[in-house]
Amino acid sequence: MTWGVPVCRLDQIEVEGGVAALVDGAAVAIFRTHDGNVYAMSNYDPWSKASVLARGILGTRGDIPFVASPMHKQAFDLRTGQCLDDAAVRVPTYDVRVTDGMVHVGGPRQENP
Amino acid sequence: MSPHLRKTLVVAGHGMVGHRFVQAAVERGLTETYDLVVVGDEPRAAYDRVALTSFFEVGADELSFLPTGRYDDPRVRLVTGTEVEGFDPETQTVLLSGGEVIPYDELVLATGAAPFVPPIPGHDLDGCFVYRTIEDLEAIREAARTATVGAVIGGGLLGLEAANALAQLGLQTHVVEMAPRLMAVQVDDAGGATLTRHIEQLGLTVHTGAATERVLGEERVTGLALKDTGPIDAEIVVFSAGIRPRDKLARGAGLELAERGGVLVDERCRTSDEHVWAIGECAAPGGRMYGLVAPGYAMAEVVVDALLGGPGSFTGADMSTKLKLMGVDVASFGDAFAVTEGALELVFSDAVAGVYKKLVVSGDGRQLLGGILVGDASAYGVLRPMVASGIELPDNPEELILPTGRGAAGVGLPDEAQVCSCNDVTKAQIVAAAAAGTTTRAGSTCGSCKAQTKKIIEDYFVSQGKVVDTSLCEHFALTRQELFDVVAVHGYTRFDDIVEAHGTGRGCDVCKPAIASILATQLNGHVLEGGTRTLQDTNDAYLANIQRNGTYSVVPRIAGGEITPEGLIVIGEVAKEFDLYTKITGGQRIDLLGARMEQLPAIWRRLVDAGFESGHAYGKSLRTVKSCVGSTWCRYGVQDSTALAIELEHRYRGLRSPHKIKAGVSGCARECAEARSKDFGVIATEKGWNLYVAGNGGSSPVHARLLASDLDRETLIRYIDRFLMYYVRTADRLQRTAPWVESLAGGLDRVREVVVDDALGLGSELEAAMAKHVDTYFDEWKATLDDPEKLVRFVSFVNAPDTPDPNISFTTERGQVQPAESDGPVSLGSTIPVGAPR
Ligand code: SRM
Ligand SMILES: Cc1cc2nc3c(=O)[nH]c(=O)nc-3n(C[C@H](O)[C@H](O)[C@H](O)COP(=O)(O)OP(=O)(O)OC[C@H]3O[C@@H](n4cnc5c(N)ncnc54)[C@H](O)[C@@H]3O)c2cc1C
Ligand code: SF4
Ligand code: FES
Repeated sequence: MTWGVPVCRLDQIEVEGGVAALVDGAAVAIFRTHDGNVYAMSNYDPWSKASVLARGILGTRGDIPFVASPMHKQAFDLRTGQCLDDAAVRVPTYDVRVTDGMVHVGGPRQENP
Repeated sequence: MSPHLRKTLVVAGHGMVGHRFVQAAVERGLTETYDLVVVGDEPRAAYDRVALTSFFEVGADELSFLPTGRYDDPRVRLVTGTEVEGFDPETQTVLLSGGEVIPYDELVLATGAAPFVPPIPGHDLDGCFVYRTIEDLEAIREAARTATVGAVIGGGLLGLEAANALAQLGLQTHVVEMAPRLMAVQVDDAGGATLTRHIEQLGLTVHTGAATERVLGEERVTGLALKDTGPIDAEIVVFSAGIRPRDKLARGAGLELAERGGVLVDERCRTSDEHVWAIGECAAPGGRMYGLVAPGYAMAEVVVDALLGGPGSFTGADMSTKLKLMGVDVASFGDAFAVTEGALELVFSDAVAGVYKKLVVSGDGRQLLGGILVGDASAYGVLRPMVASGIELPDNPEELILPTGRGAAGVGLPDEAQVCSCNDVTKAQIVAAAAAGTTTRAGSTCGSCKAQTKKIIEDYFVSQGKVVDTSLCEHFALTRQELFDVVAVHGYTRFDDIVEAHGTGRGCDVCKPAIASILATQLNGHVLEGGTRTLQDTNDAYLANIQRNGTYSVVPRIAGGEITPEGLIVIGEVAKEFDLYTKITGGQRIDLLGARMEQLPAIWRRLVDAGFESGHAYGKSLRTVKSCVGSTWCRYGVQDSTALAIELEHRYRGLRSPHKIKAGVSGCARECAEARSKDFGVIATEKGWNLYVAGNGGSSPVHARLLASDLDRETLIRYIDRFLMYYVRTADRLQRTAPWVESLAGGLDRVREVVVDDALGLGSELEAAMAKHVDTYFDEWKATLDDPEKLVRFVSFVNAPDTPDPNISFTTERGQVQPAESDGPVSLGSTIPVGAPR
């Protein structure tokens, strides 16, 4: 009995890179940061209305790990999906766990809009 | 205040000085009591005549002092395109060309001067021009379209500007000067000889001691007959033989004129009529006229002051000049000809470098009286204020003009030294403004004091312990150039090492692509190698340009725009097979748009097999070298521009740089390849190739400027190698060549020193770096297709590699696909089987 949907092995995601996966028919972006954490959020960039976030560059702003949209560079907090350039915008995030080197994605988080 | 208590002040002429007068009147509150009516006969509001030559590059709007065509102060009425036909001091009225009569309480004449055209036979033929207004330049540009040779009569300051303009318009250019040297008013014989050599090196022909007897031609100009020497051919003739004050209005009203023309005024700029004033080039304070803008500005201030009841007076002006002509510095200041009793001259001359510098010092060697600088006027900013402020000379005054290193930079100026003579701004005022976070007018007119002003401001900030923030981003307190050097010195190959040793945090979308570009330039490796992929912007990461719906475009290289029918057919077949939108780009090649990321490898497989390679439309790297058909086909072509364009495109393809690089090669001066709108542009001449650098289109277009002329192929390529490598090494992130050149101390001259004169001795190192690039070039798409590790990224979903992203959809328009608008995330539901991860 496993938790969530297994999508890929951890080593299929580059350090400070991302991949897109289909989770229940929706495009989800999964990121791996330098400190070993894994995050998941919708792949859909609300600014450009395109499914692209997994292709963004990862980085830090102060202590906040973020992804910059590859389209117009808006930054999103990897932990919460909060857009760092506009308090009113947020991308849905997903629970994610790594078990035995396998990445599993759960359902959209409750606090999501 | 009831309206009839207000008085009326009319300004005749809306040129540089008339405009400054209005500005000062508004700033100092003269408009509290006066309504101003300003009447100018040019079709547009005042503009920067000093910068007139840049009209060809920047256009009329950029030169305008009043882009909106009106003053913000409602008490100022501006009338353009209207002549003041006369005025009557008795009734105190002016008459305008439209018939309007305006009563005045005070009248200010600011009608400037007109070019003097000597009454030699033929001076009014078609093809004869003067060089004073935007309309003059428009007419010259129009005529230059069909001409190949031009001549300027007059080798003074303005004549050389005009000659520069003709040369820039692609004309073979003659300068004809009656005096035995160029710029006879400002420089001595030795300086004139140095200047002549520079100008001849740039491909112009100089005739000194040459009197023009007549302009040849029936209806149109065909040439000039010169006394003593033979005739010369020319289809365009520009007269620049001095100026004459426009004093017609004063003459008509019976006011006193100066002996040699100009409205005679006293030291308050009042004419012989107490309600009429004259300022600028139409005025002759104490009988002398001043052909520069700074004295005119001073006169404008004096009249505003007088009308406000202040004590100001005009007592002569600094006639120092500095200009940069075709990249040659010339400056003349103070007592340049050593006419002061007992004055001594110190001369430094280096014929090879083309530098001539002379200082005139007082007999006791304690004071600087004046000087002449040709070829290198970097010391002007320090020297001229030293004359003006009378500061005591250091013990070895010759140090001031010796080549840099020991030069003038270290000499401190006294606070009261006037740094900007155009706007009368002192060092103390510049420092005060810097401290208050504001700016002064210094540098805003002729620009010759800009370097000195910048230095004073920087010195001030340094003295305050402040550093000007040039950090790349929050993670690196270094500029791109510093980072470039750090990476080279330490031999870093990984972002992690660089950010750990020299940065903070984990980087961002600014520093990561910048470092990726630096690594790519230095290592010449694949941009997707090892850890560098995650540093790349999405375009580089997928070797394609992302489009609005998340699909990509594919642009194969079509070097020089040349393509075979077979090549065209392959592109067509690929477009058909993958249902891609096709379009001819602005860069002479073909864009295939709408490819899903997971389709890119298959598309490129087809293209690579057919001999195509990446066009780097996605990279900050060489884009295209645009060409024209050149001498192979074109009846005007003088060199094979297509072959050269292809050669250059192949040479520099793949070179990663701070920003994209575009180039062009035209087969003759008609310039069909638009080379002068490129980062580097080559234009064929009868004798070889002219090289232009630092142009671009885009949001702030800049014309490329001539770096060197009539080069053979080897020299041309050597210069381009050096130019590009110098740029790649020292430019800022996302800085194209034009702003980069602008940012270098010394600007284009600096580039010429490094690239052409090899002044830093860097030439062979830059060439070697380029040779390494050329030798190690490979097609990054082919290499990607050959490497399964790199291909794994090209999947739509990691767990469903071939399932198209449901968020991408298309419509059809004019027979081709187009991205459809998205209303929100699309889900496929749970029905699509996803592969279990392996
Ligand atoms: C396809 C094309 C338009 C077309 O349909 O013709 C195009 C398309 C784009 N241009 Fe361009 N430019 C194209 C010719 C030009 C030209 C004309 C030329 O090269 O002769 C210019 C003005 C000349 C110049 O650059 O000096 C031009 C000035 C720009 C600029 C402004 C650059 C500047 O310095 O101000 C940008 C923005 C940038 O690079 O930062 C830009 C950026 C872009 C980007 C890359 C924007 C982006 O990041 O998505 C566009 C995507 C290209 C794609 O998906 O393939 N494009 N762009 C042309 C491709 C030429 C080629 O074959 O490579
Ligand atoms: C190419 C070029 C380069 C120059 N470079 C320099 C430089 O580097 N440094 C420097 O100090 N100076 C330079 N000058 C000189 C400088 O431009 C002049 O000193 C300055 O423009 C004088 O200002 P002004 O207002 O007196 O005359 P203008 O600017 O000529 O203005 C006079 C205006 O009055 C108008 N006018 C004349 N008569 C009438 C009338 N009856 N009714 C209505 N309007 C009328 C004219 O059309 C004109 O618009 C340069 C000039 C040129 C042409
Ligand atoms: S630029 Fe090229 S195509 Fe244009 S006229 Fe000259 S040779 Fe012919
Ligand atoms: S000296 Fe001309 S702008 Fe300062």
